[in-house]
Amino acid sequence: MYDYSTASETALDQKTIKFSARDVQVYYGDNHAIKDVNVDLEDKTVTAFIGPSGCGKSTFLRCLNRMNDTIDICRIEGDIKLDGEDIYDKAIDPVQLRAKVGMVFQKPNPFPKSIYDNVAYGPRIHGLAKSKTDLDEIVEQSLRRAALWDEVKDRLAAPGTGMSGGQQQRLCIARAVATAPEVLLMDEPCSALDPIATAQVEELIDELRKKFSLVIVTHSMQQAARVSQKTAFFHLGNLVEFGETGQIFTNPTDERTESYITGRIG
Amino acid sequence: MPLHWLVLIVLALSAVGFFMGRGRALQTAGGDRRLLHSLPHYYGANVALSAMVPAFGVMLVWLLAQPLIVNTSIERMIPTEALPEGNTLSLVMSDVRRVAQGLDIAVERGVLSDAEVASLRADETDIRAMLGDVGVALGADVPGPVLEAAKNHRQQTARGAMIMSIAVLVLALIGFAYAFWRTNAQFRARNIVEAGVRALLIMAASLAVLTTLGIILSLIFNTIEFFRLHPAKDFFFGSVWAPSFGGGSELAVLPLLWGTLYISLIALIVAVPVGLFSAIYLSEYAGSKMRAYIKPLIEILAGIPTIVYGLFALLTVGPLLLGLFGSQGLGWMQAGTAVMTAGLVMGIMLIPFVSSLSDDIINAVPQSLRDGSYGLGATKSETIRQVVLPAALPGIVGAILLAASRAIGETMIVVMGAGAAARLSMNPFEAMTTVTAKIVSQLTGDADFASPEALVAFALGMTLFVITLCLNAFALYIVRKYREQYE
Repeated sequence: MYDYSTASETALDQKTIKFSARDVQVYYGDNHAIKDVNVDLEDKTVTAFIGPSGCGKSTFLRCLNRMNDTIDICRIEGDIKLDGEDIYDKAIDPVQLRAKVGMVFQKPNPFPKSIYDNVAYGPRIHGLAKSKTDLDEIVEQSLRRAALWDEVKDRLAAPGTGMSGGQQQRLCIARAVATAPEVLLMDEPCSALDPIATAQVEELIDELRKKFSLVIVTHSMQQAARVSQKTAFFHLGNLVEFGETGQIFTNPTDERTESYITGRIG
Repeated sequence: MPLHWLVLIVLALSAVGFFMGRGRALQTAGGDRRLLHSLPHYYGANVALSAMVPAFGVMLVWLLAQPLIVNTSIERMIPTEALPEGNTLSLVMSDVRRVAQGLDIAVERGVLSDAEVASLRADETDIRAMLGDVGVALGADVPGPVLEAAKNHRQQTARGAMIMSIAVLVLALIGFAYAFWRTNAQFRARNIVEAGVRALLIMAASLAVLTTLGIILSLIFNTIEFFRLHPAKDFFFGSVWAPSFGGGSELAVLPLLWGTLYISLIALIVAVPVGLFSAIYLSEYAGSKMRAYIKPLIEILAGIPTIVYGLFALLTVGPLLLGLFGSQGLGWMQAGTAVMTAGLVMGIMLIPFVSSLSDDIINAVPQSLRDGSYGLGATKSETIRQVVLPAALPGIVGAILLAASRAIGETMIVVMGAGAAARLSMNPFEAMTTVTAKIVSQLTGDADFASPEALVAFALGMTLFVITLCLNAFALYIVRKYREQYE
């Protein structure tokens, strides 16, 4: 059933492991991009990936929903399990996986369709709506969750590409939410947005945490500190440190983390 | 002075000017090139251009204008009563030019001297036999006035050429001297050369536009002439195409237009799906290695001359279809030449057109849109159908319309594949013909050029021109209107 309101708030307290990665290696041709990454990502939690450019955080994020499959020269070793199931197993259909693990990209990428059709895209493909009213319901719910409903409810037939950058990104989030994923991956979702739109998206992320597990890649340390509960610091393809956000930012154990956070490397 | 010598002299002068200009610039700067406004070779180029451009300009205009002026002055010399029965002035003038040309050759070969030419008289010498000896054949004996006119023509042409040589050389020298005199360290030679480059580019661009205008003009006058002889109502709304060279033809464009559109339609039905699907395969599914082989192979199709496609239609596709649909098979088809034959082959010809244009357009759809769709759990074909193709649609429509205007303008395949019968019929296995094929047959026939049977070719050409122009304009409009939708 597609109904967010029935999910109980108590889930916040029970931290089950959603993703678990063991000894993950990623190669782009000869380039060893990710080295020995071991990490457990919790459900109903925002996990932030931080680190300098080229450190592998986006690459690792894209491993979690097998978006790297579309790149020919990319090779992945090790285990990544979603709810205990190996997502790189032959029996897993990457298309099914991506329906469960949604993604929001760095640059807003609304389809050249109407706002309504953008949000209805996923539900239509996966047959989530039994009827037109059902679909209307899903679209409205998703747009409300993305804090966009009030702005667009009168012009659902207008093209999604005609909105402002911040609205477009929230539309993309609504689109991802409409597919009813379990995990939402966000690859620098605010890097193309102004501070006001960024604040709106961050608020949204905090709201979405009640229903989903979220992973967000960001270059902004303040953003990581504001929105996440767990933080992972990547450096040169290694996962250097992973822990509670508060602890990473106030009392990092690794000196590379400290250098990065205080702005000495990056 | 022969023309090529004149050209060579001016070029040599320019080359000398280049080195002298460069030398003088360096000299005025005391050998320190940093004191110059421009690099030394700009000064050289400035002198060379100043010597060359005005001289060649005058030469070009002169060469175009002189024959016109000489012709007019000679025409006035020929008395109207000297015109033979049934001959027009233009025919006599072409005789005059031919005799003058013959005399030139005779002098060149040493058969005659200039003085002998001046004293030639039509009633004393057999001009026709004499010119025949040097290889200029004349249709009839040369009457007196024509010979006098020819001698005059020769004289005027020679005098004109001499004055032109002098004018060109003087201009070249003046340009050279002026530019050389102006050359010093402060002179802005670079800006002058820049302006020269700009003028060259403008000239190249306007030449293309002027040619198009010229083509339209040449069509328009003959089309108007045709409509004077043949009612426009019959041409546009009649339904029978039956030219008879004795006169009284029925010349209606409808059967031809129908053939054109029918064949083009079949061609597009073949080319659009195949071309589009191969473009989708190439841009979305094929690996880079596969793509590197297949794309050039498809584009080879575009390089095959249409006459070869015509042979393919005539020798392979026609008999093949006849075997299937002819009296041996279904019995729908009488001969190998039919709308279907030409349409199929033309469709094959258009495949690379559609596929390579669509391929570029599909590749231009941002990868982020595909990622967005995959990220929502869509499969490849869902992504292509629902995201990539709608985004690329305007471009694809443009590609199809461009292919359509090629199909409409195609001639050779029609001539060899579709037959020559103009008829209004729905049966795709019957022979039909198109506007272009009829233009060829009307102009290459024996008809008098001033008769409606020949002039109809221009009206047909104009009709076709307008149709393809509208199609192209429409294609451009669609492409422009929707181009930036996903940015």
